[in-house]
Formats: sequence, C-alpha cells, structure tokens
Amino acid sequence: MSQIDAPHSVRPVSGQKQARSLKNASGAVFERLFGVVMSAIEVVINPIQRWIGIKRMAYLFLLPNMLIFSIFVLFPMALNFYYSLTGGTQLFPQDRPYVGTDNFETLFNCGNYLDPNSCVEDRFWRAVFNTAFFVTFQVGGMVLLALITALILNREIVGRGFFRSVFFYPVLLSPVVVALIWKWILQRYGLINAMLDQFGEQPVLFLLERDWATFWVIVVSIWAQMGFFMLILLAGLQSIPAVLYEAGQIDGANKWQSFRFITMPLLMPTMLVVLVLALIRAVQVFDQVYVLTGGGPGTATYYMVQYIFDTGFSNQIQRFGLASAASVTLGVVLLVFTLLQLYLGRRSDAA
Amino acid sequence: MDTVRHFLNLRRGRRGPELADYLSYLYLFAGVMVMFGPVLWLVLSSFKDPAALAEFPPSILPYAQETVTVAGYDDPLPLFDVTLENGEQRQLAQVRRIGLEAQMIDPASPEEIIRVHINDRQEIRSVQLATENYTDPLERFNFLTYLRNSVVVTVVATVITLVINSMAAFALSKYEFRGRTTVFVIIIATLMIPISVILVPVFLVITEIGWNNSLWGVIIPGAATPTGVFLLRQYMLTIPDELMDAARIDGASEFRIYWQIILPLARPALAVLAIFSVMWRWNDFLWPLIVLTRSELFTLQVGLNAFQGELNVQWHYVLAMTVLTLLPITLVFAFLQRFITSGIATTGLKG
Repeated sequence: MSQIDAPHSVRPVSGQKQARSLKNASGAVFERLFGVVMSAIEVVINPIQRWIGIKRMAYLFLLPNMLIFSIFVLFPMALNFYYSLTGGTQLFPQDRPYVGTDNFETLFNCGNYLDPNSCVEDRFWRAVFNTAFFVTFQVGGMVLLALITALILNREIVGRGFFRSVFFYPVLLSPVVVALIWKWILQRYGLINAMLDQFGEQPVLFLLERDWATFWVIVVSIWAQMGFFMLILLAGLQSIPAVLYEAGQIDGANKWQSFRFITMPLLMPTMLVVLVLALIRAVQVFDQVYVLTGGGPGTATYYMVQYIFDTGFSNQIQRFGLASAASVTLGVVLLVFTLLQLYLGRRSDAA
Repeated sequence: MDTVRHFLNLRRGRRGPELADYLSYLYLFAGVMVMFGPVLWLVLSSFKDPAALAEFPPSILPYAQETVTVAGYDDPLPLFDVTLENGEQRQLAQVRRIGLEAQMIDPASPEEIIRVHINDRQEIRSVQLATENYTDPLERFNFLTYLRNSVVVTVVATVITLVINSMAAFALSKYEFRGRTTVFVIIIATLMIPISVILVPVFLVITEIGWNNSLWGVIIPGAATPTGVFLLRQYMLTIPDELMDAARIDGASEFRIYWQIILPLARPALAVLAIFSVMWRWNDFLWPLIVLTRSELFTLQVGLNAFQGELNVQWHYVLAMTVLTLLPITLVFAFLQRFITSGIATTGLKG
C-alpha cells in the first residue's frame, strides 16, 4: 500500500475501494453463510410481514436495537435518578430506603467549596478540582498540538499519509496498554530517567511525586488522543476550497493574512466540535490514569469517574446511592457541554 | 559546505517559505519519535531478559550475556573476555564467583580452573531475543483464556452491533412511521451519554438478568450504539428509494430488501462501523472490569491490568503481554490505516 496520499484522500471514495477488496478477501464462504442465515430468518419474518403489513415492518426492524437500547441505556438513565435518591448498601432498588436528596446533600456538604478539606465527601471535591485542572490543560494542550499538526500536514508534505498514520496510531491503543507503556518509560530505571542521567541529573520518581504525576497524566493522555482530533481538524482544513486561497493571493494576501481571514473563520465550526468533544472526553478521564497511577500519589490524579467507580464498586462498603448522585452530577456537566455543542453547531450552521 | 551555505541563505534570503518547510519536517520527525518511540521502546524492552531490564542506563537493543554449555556442568555458563596477569586475552566461562574472585574455565579444556579478579573480566554480550518472555506467560498464566474471551467479546459484539444497528438504521431511513422523529431524537440525545454516567443502574440490570460474571454482560449493553445507528442511517439516506420500489414490484419481502439490497449497498458504512466496534470492544476496560470478577472470564485488558498488579516486579512478562495485546489492533491498523483515518475524518466518530 502506498504511503503517500493525494491531497484530498480524506474521502469515502478510497474507503469504498478498500471495502471491495475486503469483501474479496473474506471470500465467497462468508457470503454463502450470510445468505443461508438471512434466508432462514426470512422464513420467520415474511409471515409477520403478511400479518402486520409493510408499513409496520419499520417497528419490527427497530425492535432489537430499541429493546437493548431501552433496557441498557434509557431505563438505567431513569433508574440512576432513583438510585441517587435512595440510601443503604443494597443493590436491588426494592431493598433501598428512600432518603430524598440526602446523597446530594452529603456530596455538596462543604464549609467552603474552594477547600476540599472542609467537605464531608472531600474525595469527591478533590476529584472535581483535579478534573477541572486536568480538563483545562489536557484540552488546551491537546487541541493546540492537534491544530499545529493538522496545519503542518495540510501543507504539501511528502509522505503525508505516513505521518498522519503515525500521529494517529496511539489513538488505537487501549488505555491499559497506553498506561503500561508509559509506566515502563517513567519508572525509576526507565527511559526518561536514563535521559536525565545522561545530563547528570538525579533520577525522579515521576509517578510518586504529586506535581510530576499530574503532569505526566496530562502528557500521556494528550499523547494517546491527539491524533484523533488532528484527523478531524485535518479533514476540516482539507474541506476549505482551494479557490479561496487563490482568490486571496490575487488580492495580495500574504501567508498570515490568508490564515487569519480564510483558514481561521472557515475552520471555526470544526474547531468548536473538536473542543466540545475533547471536553466531554476529558471530563470522563479514568482508565488510563487508573492503571498508570491508581489516582495517586495520595489524591493527586484522582478524578470524578474514579470516585464513582470507587464509591459504587471498588470500596468495601458499596454506596450505590452516593455513586449515582455523583454520576448524575457528572451527567449534568456532560449535558451542559452537549447542549453547548448543539447550540454552537446551530449557530455556525446559521452563519 | 555548499549545502550548509545553501541552508543559511534560505534563512537570510528572501525565500522564507523554505524555512517553514524545514521546520515542518523537523516537527514531523520529532512527532514520529514521540508518537512511535514509546511503542518501539516497549517492543524492544519486551525482548530483554530480566537482567537486561534491570540495567541502568538501559541499552537500546536487547543484549544478553552469551553463555556456553560445558561438559560436566548442568547449566550454561556465562562467557567473559578475560585479561590474564601476563596480559593475555582469553575467552573464559565463569563457573562461580567468590567475593572479588571469579573461578573461570576455558570451554575447550574444562579441567583447569583459572582464578581471576572480577575487574579483569568483561561480559561478552550479543543481541539476543528473550522469547521466553512470551512463551512463559502463555504456559504459566491464563493469557490464552483472556485472549479467547477478548476475541469472543469482540467478534460476537461486533456482529450483533452490525445487525441490529443496520436494521434500526434501515427503519429510520427508509420508512415513514409514527414516532420516527422521536426515536431518532432520543438516539441522538444519548450519543454523548457514556457508560460511566449510568454504571450503577446498568450493573443492576445485568445482575437482575443474571449476567454478572458472564461475557454476555459485557457484550449486550453496548451493542445498540447510537453512533452506529446514526452513521448507518446517514449513509442509507443516500441510497435511492427507487431501488426498493423496484424490488417490491418484483415481489421481494421487506426483509429481503434489507439484506439483499440495502446491506450490500451500505457496505462502506458497515465496514467503518465494524472497524470501530472492533476497536471499542478490544480496548474496553471500565465496564468489563465491573462485570467480570472471576479471572477465567477476564478480557485481555482486565487481565493485563490484573497482571501488572500481581507481577509488579516481573516487568519482562508484563511488557511481553502488553505487546501481544496491542498486536492485533496494530495489524488491523497497518492493513486498513487509510480506511480507518478516512472513516473518522468523514464521520467524526468517537475513537
């Protein structure tokens, strides 16, 4: 496969071609099997169609998906509110006493909201502040790097496809794998300390010092996710018609001006989507950090989802009510971001 | 010299854009180091034996001391370059070490024991791949079980997701029925609801069904992906309705239209969703971590996390297992990279 792409290869067309070769590769066996299975299902479904009529077949097609969706997404969403209003340590709702807003009061019971030590659930508030800090720097740093990378890859670069893939590759790695890779690099006798050693510096226990742990958690998560946002931004850049730049050149615009007055405004909608998606994801930070530092040292890298996980599942006493109350809070935050995206999306559509 | 002068002229002269090119490639190559270096380091490290892993500063390639099997000794003996007192250089094998003195023998004439000061000998090392890092855990740990569980979850979940999502998308894109808009809006509204927000109630549902500690509990809840329905619906909207009408006239049932006309035409979108589903499922961590508590049901990610917790010091095994875990997804990416990147760029899916 050639690594060098034509400038506008970010299009479904190349996808179609590969899908066709995929099909050939998977071979006729699969096709036959698929046909047999589907014909068998047809024997069952066709009488139903005669019974309910063509129009109502739509409901039948929707049924499996909506059944699973209702049971495992919609119903739990409603149930979550109920959980957050009940106490005790029992899992089944019928065994749980109704306690009103007690869980929320416990969560939000603080002498001073800026000082987690004054809160009843101090770990929750530490998690909130840690998450806010993480979100600010992770999203800020990542979107900036993604933008720079996308801008560079949008230039006439030899081997663009190769570079694009390399920057994207970490996105595919599982959080556990990413965490282990970096745990190995950051350990006492790891690669980074070896580099420090070359410069005559003392080795640092990166994951056991508060500030370093916070720093590396952010760096690792940027490393792991940057490529995804870079791709979206690159697609946004490539969708800007080249004609506009030519017109700008004719009007005597220099590089900076064409960036400022053509690229920036036209990339804005993509940029907003990227920002909100990155925000939504950063608020939910958990798995990588859980494997990398376990929330430590102390509570330095303890974030909201880990609080939910610990409170509901990991601690000895499983306080499902409190965990649900915390998830509802997290859900509200995510909802605000989602609405923000819809609002911004509509506004940029109208513009 | 000429090239250097040329380079300097580029900076000072009026050909500014050339400098931007150099900087671009500089950035890209640095990026390749940063993005791919950690993975490469992991792979190289995974082939080192424990002695080489403990070395600081670490060598880049997996060196190991050469050994020789000598008649009369059960274990292979380590080889050294030795400077004898008379200045002669010889290759000797070490039998044992007592304090500062090493007892060596010549592999060719193993009868005579030569006593050497340990500072007078130098290890003979060569690049050797410690493949036992890979083979040992396969025998001693449940790695193959984890692998099988992961494969089962990934394959079954992806097939289910493709079938039910495509059916739902077919209904939503090709039929007029009451409640269509409502269903669609509900699906879109939950696009941003991650499982971390509804952990407790989904766990309850799973427990009620009896899927606690069952792979089904991992597979089913995430099968009705809103993202998948949305992606497929958007694609199916572009398939002309006339094809369906023609098929109806020919007497095809609705289900036949679905699997013989719509599905083959939606193949590119299906392929994108399939790849994403494989990625999501293979890398999934938080939910399996909650549902699966019996180690024979662990998926690779959960198993790997348990590994690194238990085998804190046995990095040689952890590293090798990590490589094996990232290998399948890397292979998928290597063959389908263009397809994956263009899929993300066009749909903006969560990665």
